[in-house]
Amino acid sequence: MTNMFKGKLFGIMIPLIAIGFGFLAGGIIMLISGNNPITGYVALIQGIFGDIYYFGETLQRMTPLIFSGLAVAFAFRTGLLNIGVEGQLIVGWFVSVLVGIVIEAPMIIHLPLAILGGALAGALWGFVPGVLKARFQVHEVIVTIMMNYIAMHVVNHFIRNYMLESGQRTAFINDSASLSSDYLSAITDFSRLHWGFLIAIAACFLMWFILWKTKKGFELRSVGYNKHASSYAGMNVNLNIILSMSVSGAFAGVGGAMVGLGTYNYANILPGFTNLGFDGIAVALLGSSTSIGIFLSAFLFGGLKEGANNMQGQAGVAPELVEIIIALIIFFVASSYLIRWIYSRVQSKKEGK
Amino acid sequence: MKKRFMMLMSSVLAAGTLLAACGEGDEDTTPVNDGGNNNENETAEGNNEAAGDDEGFSSKMVTDTGGVDDRSFNESAWAGLTAFGEDYPEADVDYIQSNDASDYAPNLNRLAREGTDITFAIGFLMEDDIRTVAQQNEDQQFAIVDTVVMGDDDEPVSNIANITFAEHEGSFLVGVVAAMHTETNEVGFIGGVESPLIKKFENGFKAGVKYVDSDIEVNVQYAQDFNDASRGQQIADTMYAGGADIIYHAAGGTGNGLFTEAIDRARNGENVWAIGVDQDQALTEGEWDEGNVILTSMVKRVDEAVYQVSEDTMNGNFPGGEILEFGLEDDGVGIAETRDNVSDEAIEAVEDYEEMIINGEIDVPETDEEYEDFQSSL
Repeated sequence: MTNMFKGKLFGIMIPLIAIGFGFLAGGIIMLISGNNPITGYVALIQGIFGDIYYFGETLQRMTPLIFSGLAVAFAFRTGLLNIGVEGQLIVGWFVSVLVGIVIEAPMIIHLPLAILGGALAGALWGFVPGVLKARFQVHEVIVTIMMNYIAMHVVNHFIRNYMLESGQRTAFINDSASLSSDYLSAITDFSRLHWGFLIAIAACFLMWFILWKTKKGFELRSVGYNKHASSYAGMNVNLNIILSMSVSGAFAGVGGAMVGLGTYNYANILPGFTNLGFDGIAVALLGSSTSIGIFLSAFLFGGLKEGANNMQGQAGVAPELVEIIIALIIFFVASSYLIRWIYSRVQSKKEGK
Repeated sequence: MKKRFMMLMSSVLAAGTLLAACGEGDEDTTPVNDGGNNNENETAEGNNEAAGDDEGFSSKMVTDTGGVDDRSFNESAWAGLTAFGEDYPEADVDYIQSNDASDYAPNLNRLAREGTDITFAIGFLMEDDIRTVAQQNEDQQFAIVDTVVMGDDDEPVSNIANITFAEHEGSFLVGVVAAMHTETNEVGFIGGVESPLIKKFENGFKAGVKYVDSDIEVNVQYAQDFNDASRGQQIADTMYAGGADIIYHAAGGTGNGLFTEAIDRARNGENVWAIGVDQDQALTEGEWDEGNVILTSMVKRVDEAVYQVSEDTMNGNFPGGEILEFGLEDDGVGIAETRDNVSDEAIEAVEDYEEMIINGEIDVPETDEEYEDFQSSL
C-alpha cells in the first residue's frame, strides 16, 4: 500500500468518520436528555426526504451554503483564511437586491446584472482585506472579521434610511431580476427552491476549473503551498493574494445574491449575522476544500438545518441539539489528527495479530 | 477517485429523488381528502388524542428566533396557548421554534400541512412568510402577532387574523409612573430596532412623561438590535451617567443589559430605576440584595390575545382578515401586577389616566407626527 493512496483514502474517510461520530454523540446526548434517538433521527430524515416540499427547502437552503463553502475553500487554497464570507455575502445580497429594484431591464440583461452586482460587491469586500494583507501584512482574519460588522451595519443603515418598505425589509425586486421559479416551486409543492441551485452547481465546476485547469489556478494553489518558493519561481505572491481574496469574495457575494434574488426577493434589516457565511467555513472544512466535497457537505448542513425543525415537531427534540450535532461533526473533522491516530493504532494492532 | 465521488454524489441525488417522489405520492391525497389526512395525523400524534374527540382542535405557534423562553412575547404567547390547552384538554397545543429567519416559512408550512386548525406566527418579522404560506394554503387558518398582513389587493389577507396591541397606551401609563418618580427630571428610553412598532412605545412613553410634566427631558436611543445585552448596558450607562434616573426599554434581549447596569449602579448606592416591557419583568429580572431595580413594567398580554383568538376560532368565530387591537379597554396592555416600588400617588394617577384614555379624553400618539401635534397641544 503506497502512502499516497493512504492519504487519499483518509481524505474521504475522515469526514465520513467525523459525521458518524457526530451523529453517535448526538444520539448519546438525546438519550441523556430523555429522547429516543431513533425517533429523533427518523424525524430528522423525514424532515429532509419525507415530503417533496422539505426536500425542495433543503436544496434551497444548501444553495447559499455551497457558495459560502466555495468562497472559504478558494481563499484557503491560497493559504488565506477568509472569515469575512458572512460580510461579503451580506453586501452581495444587498447590492443584488438594489440592482433588482432600481433598474428596469429585460430579464436577459437584468438578472445577470443583478448577480454581477452581488459578485462585485462581494469581491470589493474581499479585495480590501486582500490589499491590506498583501501590502501591509495585516492579518486577513482580523480584517475580515471586522469587515463583517461593517457590512452588516452599513447595509442595515442603507435599508433603514433609504429603502424601507414595510416593517424591516425593502420593496420586492422586479420580476425580471428574480431567480424564483414557478416551475421548481410547483414540482416541490410550493417550496422556495429557485434557479440559483443550478447556478450553485455551475459554480462548483467553475471553482474546480479555475483552480485545477488554469495557469492562474496553479499559481494560486502554489502560493497556498509555499509563498517563498512561489515567489522564487517568479510568481507575484501579493497579486495572487489580492486576486484570491477578491474571487473568494465574489463567490460569497453571488451566494448573497442567491438569497436575495431567489429565496426572499428582498433584503431586510438584519438583527444579527445570517450565519450562512460562518457555516461556509464548516462546509469547506468538511468538504476538504474540494468542489464535490463542498456540494455534499452543503447538502448535509442544509438538510440538518431543515430536518431540525421536524425533529422538534415530530420527536420533540430541542432544535439546539441539531446545532450541537453540527458542532460535534466540525469538532471531529477538526480533530482529524485524533481520528488518524486511532485508525493507525487499530491498523497496527491488526497487523500485529 | 473522482469517479467514486461522482458515483456517491449521483446515488445520493438519486436516492433523494426517489424518496422525494414517495413523499409526493402521499402529499397528493391531501387536498382531495382533507379530513382523512387529519385523522391520520392524529393517530400518529399519539394516544392522548385517541382518548378525546377524534376531530380534536389544534392550536399551534411558530416562535421567532427568541424561542419560548425569551422572557418576552414568545414566552407570553406560549403561556397563553398552555393556558388554553389546560382549559380545553381536548385541544392540542404545541410550538415550533425558529433558529433563524429562513426557518419561518418552512415552519409555518409544516404546521399548515399537519392540518393545524390555527397557526400563530409570533412576531412581525414573519409578515412576508405568513402571507405567502396563507395564500398557498387558503383553507387553513392563521394569526400573526404585532402586525397587519396585507394581500396583493391592499386588503388584509382573509385567512389571517391580525393581532395588534395599543402599546402606546400602555407606554403612556409607564411614562406617567416615570414622570412621577424621577428626581433628576430626566428619563430615558432604549429602543430595539427602529421601526413603526417600536416608535409606538417611544411616543406613548414620551407623551405620558410630558403630560405629567413637560419640563422633564426624555433621552431616546436605539440599539438597532434586539439581542445585544452589552449594547443595552452601554447605552444605559451613558444615559444614567448623563443624568437620567429612570429608563424604559422596548428592546427585547438588549434590555437585559439595562437591568444589569441598573443593578450595578443600585449596588453603588445610586437611586436609579428601570422599566420593563412586554411581561411583568420584575418577576424574572432586576433582583439584587436590597430589592429590585424594576420600577414597573408595561405588559402586553400576548397570552390573553392568543388565548382569546384560539377560543374564538375553536367556537367557529375565526377573526380572519380582521385587525384586532388589544388596548387598555380589553386588558390587552397595562402596567404590571408587581407594583411594590411604585408610590400610591403614581398608582392613583395611572388609574385616572387609564380612565381618560379609555374615555377618549387623551388621544395617545403613535407616530412621530402625532407626537408633535400632541406636544404642541399641551
